[in-house]
Amino acid sequence: MKKSVFLGTLAAAGLTAGLAAASTLDDVKARGELNCGVNTGLVGFAAPDANGNWSGFDVAICKAVAAAVLGDASKVKYVPTSGQTRFTALASGEVDVLARNSTWTFSRDTDLKLDFVGVNYYDGQGFMVRKDLGVSSAKELEGATICIQTGTTTELNLADFFKSNNMNYQPIAIDSNAEGEQQYLAGACDAYTTDASGLAATRAAFADPENHIILPEIISKEPLGPAVRHGDNQWGDIVRWTLNALIAAEEYGVTSANLEELSKGTTNPEINRLLGTEGDLGAMTGLDKDWAKRAIAVSGNYGEIFAATIGESTPIGLARGLNGQWTQGGLLYSPPFR
Amino acid sequence: MTSMTGVPKQGFRLSQLIYDTRYRSLTIQVVVFMLFMLGAAWLVDNTIRNLQALGKDFNFGFLTYRSGYDIGQTLIPYTNDSSHARAALIGLLNTLLISSLGCIAATVIGVFVGVLRLSKNWLVARLMTVYVEVFRNVPVLLWILIILAIFTEVMPAPNAYRVTDQMLAEGVQPAATMVLFDTIAPTNRYTAIPSIGFSRSLGGFDTSFMPISFNFLAMVAALGLGIFFNRRVLATAKAVQEATGDRPVTWWKSILLLVGPLLAVMIALGFHLNLPALKGFNFAGGLNVTNAFVVLWLALSLYTGAFIAEIVRAGVLAISNGQTEAAFALGLRPGRTMNLVILPQALRVIIPPLISQFLNLTKNSSLAIAVGYMDLRGTLGGITLNQTGRELECILLMMLIYLAISLVISGVMNVYNNSVKLKER
Ligand SMILES: N[C@@H](CCC(=O)N[C@@H](CS)C(=O)NCC(=O)O)C(=O)O
Repeated sequence: MKKSVFLGTLAAAGLTAGLAAASTLDDVKARGELNCGVNTGLVGFAAPDANGNWSGFDVAICKAVAAAVLGDASKVKYVPTSGQTRFTALASGEVDVLARNSTWTFSRDTDLKLDFVGVNYYDGQGFMVRKDLGVSSAKELEGATICIQTGTTTELNLADFFKSNNMNYQPIAIDSNAEGEQQYLAGACDAYTTDASGLAATRAAFADPENHIILPEIISKEPLGPAVRHGDNQWGDIVRWTLNALIAAEEYGVTSANLEELSKGTTNPEINRLLGTEGDLGAMTGLDKDWAKRAIAVSGNYGEIFAATIGESTPIGLARGLNGQWTQGGLLYSPPFR
Repeated sequence: MTSMTGVPKQGFRLSQLIYDTRYRSLTIQVVVFMLFMLGAAWLVDNTIRNLQALGKDFNFGFLTYRSGYDIGQTLIPYTNDSSHARAALIGLLNTLLISSLGCIAATVIGVFVGVLRLSKNWLVARLMTVYVEVFRNVPVLLWILIILAIFTEVMPAPNAYRVTDQMLAEGVQPAATMVLFDTIAPTNRYTAIPSIGFSRSLGGFDTSFMPISFNFLAMVAALGLGIFFNRRVLATAKAVQEATGDRPVTWWKSILLLVGPLLAVMIALGFHLNLPALKGFNFAGGLNVTNAFVVLWLALSLYTGAFIAEIVRAGVLAISNGQTEAAFALGLRPGRTMNLVILPQALRVIIPPLISQFLNLTKNSSLAIAVGYMDLRGTLGGITLNQTGRELECILLMMLIYLAISLVISGVMNVYNNSVKLKER
């Protein structure tokens, strides 16, 4: 009995030992499926519908990468991760990409051995309160009880903000957005704080969104982006340039509507290189010519994804703001495809 | 006739290691030990190599870094400028607090219910059975969540206690009012209770662990003095009883001795209660006992109490009925029979499984994360682990600490067990 248990653990440990052996690209191709770490459910960013089909702004990244690498956007296994489990899930190889509202910070990039491949949403931390609380600024939150998700940059920013403003607060640590929503609605906390985009998405799911306001203060910089494990540069390049392809596609006016037509060849060499009609950029990173075309074909370019999942015509209603193209006064700027 | 001295002498054959009962058990032990060591070595090697592959090192230096996060309930001073080690200590103290209070409450509930379950009163016995079965058969995590849901949904929010000038003018009552002579305010976040304060302070000194006030030390000293003299009184009473057979009345002396000095010191220091009052978003002035704590404490004690009740019942049933009959024959009333004859004997059956229950409760307290109570799992194994990315170090340290707590509990309980177990003379 003792021995069989022992042999069992040995075998189980043996399975995990193969961890860093092969490259992520080879692993994903061999598996025929991309493991993508997403959040546990934040409407607009990543949430499953009644049939278990995931959709959202972060999910679109997973799909685009799967389409580029495997040629099929449906070959994705979505792994819901909490604020506490996400980086361990990535480091241990449970997921290949983490697209989960994760802020690119120095220590995560270096000490935690992650690589953030870019920014898909420029965000900042905000506060949400009930309207009838009569609060109009975060500076009026002296002595308030505040719900925060643990394992996030949010809890560190919150501590800094209250300290630098010489105010006190009572933190209530919660484990997931769903729990935070429930505690906040039950009145167990006066304010809920997280990324402003997350607040907007959370509020959109309320029965009475009009009774809640998001305070004007944005207390931090939260560049959210997809992350991969440090060390596998080829895989990092693939995810980075898939994101860039979506952004560049918007800049050059490549949409899901004109994609087929443009990929027959255009007078713009940049578009031709992006869509693989000129040169062979894909081969440089271990993919084929059409990788970017497939990635864009899934749900359109960055702008189309934004509009369909979190944009102003959705209940979440986020404006492009900082997340506009650099040509429109935003911060999105894809390096050239050359 | 030749004598049978020449028992055929055979050399040692390897097969004897397996087939000869003299060697077999040794062989098995050696083989298992070697396999075990091999496995351990392989695990360590695997860990080291994978850490290397990830480019991570194994290093506890992060414990000295600034933690940067705030904790809701801190028994000793802590700010977000304190170190991760300090945060872990805060968590540890919270774990110890919830476990010790939980063990006490669970024992009280368990003994009470266990004895009542044997009651001749049909209704009482059945009610206790229902309690035991309901709590024993539903996972404790569910109890924690259910009780939390009740607390957050049923209790009023702090601002339900608010009385505005307008309400006064219109004669409107607030949605909620404080209970117990306006001293306690249960809310959906915490229960605000009065805290003790002193108008005169003897000063104090600061240790790196926690500041200690001389007021507190004076009170402890007064209490200690009271206990010391009370013991003397009881010893004298016992001596008198042994000598004359009559026990002098001591209860009023005991009360006087135990409470008197403490009360005198407290009055001298200007003892008073600070009543909680709604200030801004929350109650201030008193002490806010968080719901996370109360919920966890209730759930753990009720759950473990059900198991302890069964242990107590088993212990009582293990004492032969002859003991009860003998006690009755001596003229002891049922209550005294239970207290003086049955329970002391039952204890030796009860203590060993009770230790396991205490250990279970302590380990189950790590479910605190479900209600956001910042215990060791929440600080060291939660936020610190996550913010520093030191999974291996944090988990190892946490395992070691839980192991140490468990060993201490079972050590202490074993000492107690030795003192109550049947002494064979
Ligand atoms: N950007 C912050 C916070 C990320 C975070 O936890 N976001 C929340 C709300 S915006 C979330 O995604 N929750 C979904 C979930 O609980 O799974 C970080 O990276 O630490």
